[in-house]
Amino acid sequence: MSTMDTSFCIGGEAGQGVESSGAGFVQALSRAGLHVIGVPSYYSRIRGGHNFFTIRASNEPVHAIKDTIEVLLALNAETVAEHVADIVPGGAIIVDENVEIDAALLDGRDVHLVAMPMAEIAEKHGSPVMVNTATLAVAAAVVGLGLLPILNVIEENFGKKGGKIVDANRLVAQESYDLARKRYGDVLSFQLKAQQAPERLAIGTNHAFAMGALMAGCKFYSGYPMTPSTSVMEYMAGHAVDWGLVVKHAEDEIAAVNMCIGASYTGVRAMTATSGGGFDLMTEGISLAAMTETPLVIYLAQRPGPATGLATRTNQADLMMALFSSHGEFPRVVLAPHTPQEAFATAFRAFNLAEKYQCIVIVLSDQYDASSVITCDKTGFDMQAQTIDRGKVLSAQALDALPNYQRFAITDDGVSPRAYPGISPKAVYLTSGNEHRQDGHITEDAEVTSTMLDKRMLKLEGIQGEMRAPLRFGPEDAELTLLSWGSSYGPVFEAMSLLNAQGASVNLVQFVDLWPFPSMGAQEVLAGAKRLVAVEGNGTAQFATLLRMQTGIIVDETILKYDGRGFTAQYILDRLEVK
Amino acid sequence: MATVQDFSNDIRPTWCPGCGDYGIWNSIKRGLVQAGLEPHQVTLVTGIGCGSKMNDYMHVNGIHTLHGRTLAVATGVKLANPEMQVICVHGDGDSYGEGGNHFLHSTRRNLGIVDVVEDNHVYGLTKGQYSPTSRPGFKTKTSPEGAFEGPVMPLAVALVQGATFVARGFALDIPHLADLLVAAIEHRGYALIDVMQPCVSFNRPMSYAWYRERVYKVEDEGHDPTDRAAALNKALEYPGDGRIPIGIIYQDESKPAYEELIPALKAGALHAQPLRTRPDADYDQLLREFV
Repeated sequence: MSTMDTSFCIGGEAGQGVESSGAGFVQALSRAGLHVIGVPSYYSRIRGGHNFFTIRASNEPVHAIKDTIEVLLALNAETVAEHVADIVPGGAIIVDENVEIDAALLDGRDVHLVAMPMAEIAEKHGSPVMVNTATLAVAAAVVGLGLLPILNVIEENFGKKGGKIVDANRLVAQESYDLARKRYGDVLSFQLKAQQAPERLAIGTNHAFAMGALMAGCKFYSGYPMTPSTSVMEYMAGHAVDWGLVVKHAEDEIAAVNMCIGASYTGVRAMTATSGGGFDLMTEGISLAAMTETPLVIYLAQRPGPATGLATRTNQADLMMALFSSHGEFPRVVLAPHTPQEAFATAFRAFNLAEKYQCIVIVLSDQYDASSVITCDKTGFDMQAQTIDRGKVLSAQALDALPNYQRFAITDDGVSPRAYPGISPKAVYLTSGNEHRQDGHITEDAEVTSTMLDKRMLKLEGIQGEMRAPLRFGPEDAELTLLSWGSSYGPVFEAMSLLNAQGASVNLVQFVDLWPFPSMGAQEVLAGAKRLVAVEGNGTAQFATLLRMQTGIIVDETILKYDGRGFTAQYILDRLEVK
Repeated sequence: MATVQDFSNDIRPTWCPGCGDYGIWNSIKRGLVQAGLEPHQVTLVTGIGCGSKMNDYMHVNGIHTLHGRTLAVATGVKLANPEMQVICVHGDGDSYGEGGNHFLHSTRRNLGIVDVVEDNHVYGLTKGQYSPTSRPGFKTKTSPEGAFEGPVMPLAVALVQGATFVARGFALDIPHLADLLVAAIEHRGYALIDVMQPCVSFNRPMSYAWYRERVYKVEDEGHDPTDRAAALNKALEYPGDGRIPIGIIYQDESKPAYEELIPALKAGALHAQPLRTRPDADYDQLLREFV
């Protein structure tokens, strides 16, 4: 079977339902058995502006969106003006017949104009808001997808609003679909047919991590809303009642992180999520968690800074902040999942590492990954395949058998067994942000000060042993090695695949565990690299700097992007000269 | 039943001789005994400042946090383990300055925390700078021309924010302060006790004698602590020209404590609940949401 590979772009102004239509269409395409990725692009505003949602669907796995589109779903005239140049020859524009578009824009272009009375059909069945349903039904009609996946999603998404709304949307979809089939059913030379495929999840990093955290036994979440992390908090809050969580929308990020520390101290898995500005406020709390050896998981979804930067856009410029923020010296872990499956598994790992080593674990994501959705096989989200390790914890019975209990006892691995406060009169202790003795009481003794720092830093040895070497994709021996971390993975993978398909020899080395830096693994994997190119969404090549700092390896070139938008394969290809 | 000795350890305070913290320290130990609590049932959360070292000098679970973060950490403890008796002890700089936002929101949250503020109207541990409750004109190293700002009015702020237990104590009246602590522990929801505390080193104008001349007990004058308007008048009485009312200024037991409203806490402390609260098979529902 030949490859079907169709990209859609839904555009309109804020308030027109671009995002919900996009999400619904992704779901429909996924249920049609296709591999799908959807990437929203929106402004930090509630009304107006130009928002769009790009969707690519194929019968083969997809890793990134393309720069070109086959079908443009224009909810307004501006969308046509903005995106007409991206439409491939033979592509289509779906637009309401009452939207006046500048005819000159189409002059000389091989583009089919699918002008349909979608607003009229929506109005006829009760409400103009159903115009988005009509638009998706028309798209399904022109590419030959069939209406079933759309009806399926209508049922699901509007079910809660009642049978009348479901029925009205179904009628709108059916009428729009039938008319579009009749008028435009055979204008396109390509098709996107539903496939037989195992059930897949259409999910992004935020939700994958949040779901993983819930399954990993996170019971306490406190946070403060900040784009692009907010959907993590909303997920936790939305599941709190049914799944036994305490979720607190705190007065600020300072409170949020300190509440997590208080909760974690009692013996519960606790986490927060934020973006750069909120993380700034949390750095003081991170140092408290470090000194008190309190497990803490922070999910950091990056967006461009400094200051407010671009609130709804993406970048990867907070790597150094994640690695080195907060005063003093202490062990920490920084992980950067590159796919939703990895984010799901990372949630378990983050809590395991945080509790096993009584340390801070920062999970890095960014707006691109956080807001995108991609289809993933269900097998990547198997709770039973994940482990739970709560580290050294003493029960009341175990405490009874001890002559005395010291919360910060010196041990071979630097990890002192925890005893949750309140479980036994044997475990009554002070937890202090001041330097302290093994029993927790504060001290300024010179020898104890250095001994306790050594004790805490010793934990790094254990953690280091759990850090994984970077992942390599593509041939082991390649002329060109692309270096990536975090969300660049998809576009870089795509770029590699395109080049290799043309006969080039390219591989991709993806770093997932970032700190403690897997230096040995990095050296092994990169040992034979002939031409090393770092691809990063920041302006100063932070990862390349880190690599050099930790291994002495100097990359040959960098491809950087810091315009607030995610990478595309074409962007990378345009900047690579491949011999 | 525990005794005062059970809440004591062998670490001696580093406070100045005559410091008001001694009185607060003794009142807290006495109040914990009166309330029938054992050391492991209590978490004493402190911030940064002279008085915030109190949990170092006691046999009790303690979290000695960062400056201003006392209430935030305490909130996390109580929200995760409602069975724990959580008591905050911190100074006026910690609570009303650095931690002002946490104070503002704790007063309206009604989470079951006892909040004891050692209000000596000055910064002691950093050796004598004016504080959020210092009177205007107070000359210190950071206010050489005298403080220009008016003081924070903690009791009035708490009342206006909807706090359900608002009290003032006096560090030198240990039995009275211990009784206030017991009432605060038994209260349903957040309980503020602002404690008038002499600082003999850095706030000499507000001496023992200065306080003794002004302090009086509201209960001796027939104050009705259920009358919010009367309570607000009492709260606004100090700082002023004359007297300092102490005792329970306001109490409302009709409102539920925040922790009572959280379904997950109906089963008690989170750490004692199973890691996953539902049968494993149920978790497939979470995947279905994304199919």
